Amino acid sequence: MNQEEIKEKLLSEFGTDIIQDSVDFRDQISVTVSKEKILDVCRYLKEDPELSFNFLSFVAAVDRLPKTPRFEVVYQVHSLKHNHRFRVKALLDETAEMSASIDSVVPMWPTADWHERETAEMFGITFNNHPDPRKLLLPDGWTVHPLRKDFSLYGTEEDTPDLPA
Amino acid sequence: MGIKGHLNDTVHVTNLEWFVNWARKSSMWPLGFGLACCALEMIAAFVSRYDLARFGMEVARPSPRHADLMIVSGTASKKMLPAILRIYEQMAEPRWVIAMGACACTGGIYKNYAVVQGIDRHLPVDVYIPGCPPRPEALLDGILQLHTKVMKEQSISNPRITNIKVASR
Amino acid sequence: MSEQVSPKENFSSELLELNLGPHHPSTHGVFRAIVELDGEMVVNVVPHLGYLHRGYEKTCENKHYHQVIPLSERCDYMGASSNSLVYCLTMETLLDVEVPERAQVVRVMMAELSRIFSHLFWLGTHGHDVGAMTPLFYMLREREEIMNLFELTAGGRLMPNYLRIGGLIQDLEEGFVERLRSFTEHFDRRVDEYETLLTKNAIYMDRTKGIGILPLEDAIAMGASGPMIRGSGLAWDIRKREPYSGYEQYDFDVPVETGCDVYARYLVRVAEMRQSNRILRQTLDRLPEGPIRAQKPGVIFPPQEDIYTKMESLIHHFMLVVEGLKPPVGEVYQCIESPRGELGCYIISDGGPRPYRLKWRAPAFVNLESLARMSKGYFFADLIAILSSVDIVLAEVDR
Repeated sequence: MNQEEIKEKLLSEFGTDIIQDSVDFRDQISVTVSKEKILDVCRYLKEDPELSFNFLSFVAAVDRLPKTPRFEVVYQVHSLKHNHRFRVKALLDETAEMSASIDSVVPMWPTADWHERETAEMFGITFNNHPDPRKLLLPDGWTVHPLRKDFSLYGTEEDTPDLPA
Repeated sequence: MGIKGHLNDTVHVTNLEWFVNWARKSSMWPLGFGLACCALEMIAAFVSRYDLARFGMEVARPSPRHADLMIVSGTASKKMLPAILRIYEQMAEPRWVIAMGACACTGGIYKNYAVVQGIDRHLPVDVYIPGCPPRPEALLDGILQLHTKVMKEQSISNPRITNIKVASR
Repeated sequence: MSEQVSPKENFSSELLELNLGPHHPSTHGVFRAIVELDGEMVVNVVPHLGYLHRGYEKTCENKHYHQVIPLSERCDYMGASSNSLVYCLTMETLLDVEVPERAQVVRVMMAELSRIFSHLFWLGTHGHDVGAMTPLFYMLREREEIMNLFELTAGGRLMPNYLRIGGLIQDLEEGFVERLRSFTEHFDRRVDEYETLLTKNAIYMDRTKGIGILPLEDAIAMGASGPMIRGSGLAWDIRKREPYSGYEQYDFDVPVETGCDVYARYLVRVAEMRQSNRILRQTLDRLPEGPIRAQKPGVIFPPQEDIYTKMESLIHHFMLVVEGLKPPVGEVYQCIESPRGELGCYIISDGGPRPYRLKWRAPAFVNLESLARMSKGYFFADLIAILSSVDIVLAEVDR
């Protein structure tokens, strides 16, 4: 199936309040879905026999500061059976009280475990029901989220010290 | 002339400090401390084409207790730094440090939040070998410079103190 | 003593938590794992990563698009040219640039040489971990020959930094083709030598057969790719299924084994070295004449001769170096078959000279996730063999 057909199939299954937007660039389509329904969309992508996206390439996030919603979580999926790829995104925002959160897709693709851990520590996004939400790459004592746009590349002596205090 | 002439030049007369330095530099055991890409060039320096063994450094010990020379080859990330300092503390005196590669010397191309900008901020480095990665010949040159430095040391009259701030857990 | 003492009644035992520390001769770099052992049996393995986290993705957001190329090569330092290949392919898709034929063939040469380069080092260190110390020194001999070839391209032994967006930085030096031809001629015999040492070796087979089983469904669920999944029975090679850089023109097989164990992965990698050699011979026959870089003023570097003679080329070159290229707004994901698996690069461009977001899909990172599943129930010594069969490069795992 080509990218257009996959998008049409998703639209016919879920409708436009869930499949909110799509971008087509250089023959690669990425659709934006509503974050509350991400697990349903992912289940459909994986289990529908014509799609059968059983391989998750990566889960990443993008900080769109100063646009709102601030974060965009990107899922790149691949079907080993039909040899097609697709990209699904969800937009999240954070408030003063709560960090941005979205359901974890580990029940669908267990490989998302480490991808989500890394995304969580780099951006400060919470993945609900994640089996093991610990830091992965950064030192344990750090509280900052380096890949955010408002975090300076060089870090600071207080937040990113050479040695733990 | 003197005793050497009487014994048909079969003895070498020198002072104890020279002898100790010569013994130290001829059998310096490196600690295999490859962190990143420079480790591959360090390994290439050990094998037959460049052959570090002819300088007495054949025995590369993984344990710091047995090693004399720590070749920090690769990027020292901030998470790894406490481990590096701990390993340095475990080495017995006399001990030397070579910073191999741009990342160990100054942080290299990684001037960011995650990388220590040169391990000389925390360790007493003896020789800096620039390069990304430096060729094995550059590593050999650096090691020979270290040998020259060791030969000039006042190892008995004024031994070096190479303590560092105690590494935190 | 006439009674038999049952161990379970009078013994209390607990699990031993062993720290396989970041500094260890067998961990292929700064890898740390906390291993829970019941005697010698591994109950659980929890990897602790990040000891070589160098802030790669954040650094790339602060570099011009051309400055990312040498940075990307240091991600997977075993097969450096694969990294710059995937990055350049992603940028070429983003910019809609077509690479000339000669550059594509030379890129395939570099990619396959990188594959052999990486697999040789894997073979040596894997043998070393399992106890066979001899292959290490022999494969380093081959690696020196390949490093000579890399040096002839752009001067760097390990990171040649030879690829550019749109093609290559310069044409092949004289003598490269002859040297590569003589390399391909004797390399097969060298692989035979390595196989004589290991493939039918009873000790090696005992150490690796039936160890570290990763069934196919688990491999797919855990996102394993490359020799990990080909050793578990799935013939998935991105060079065949989603060809790039002219791979559809070459004739090669995809080695697959169904053993799902360490031995199967070993066989797959050794066979891949032979297939890479086969591709190299075909590239030598196929090498056409022509330009080595696409022509797109303002985006791709102009040819070196033009910079010295034509004013517009000089200005374009100057603006590219000082201000950087400005691609259209959009996002692209491109992946290749690196020696470790699916290596992917996802770039979001906002029209400026720096990537807005660059996500590096590192195969070693994802393959390492299956370590815990593969090692439960085996001995600790087997854990070392399983870890080496994953073929990790810590710079790629931690980025």
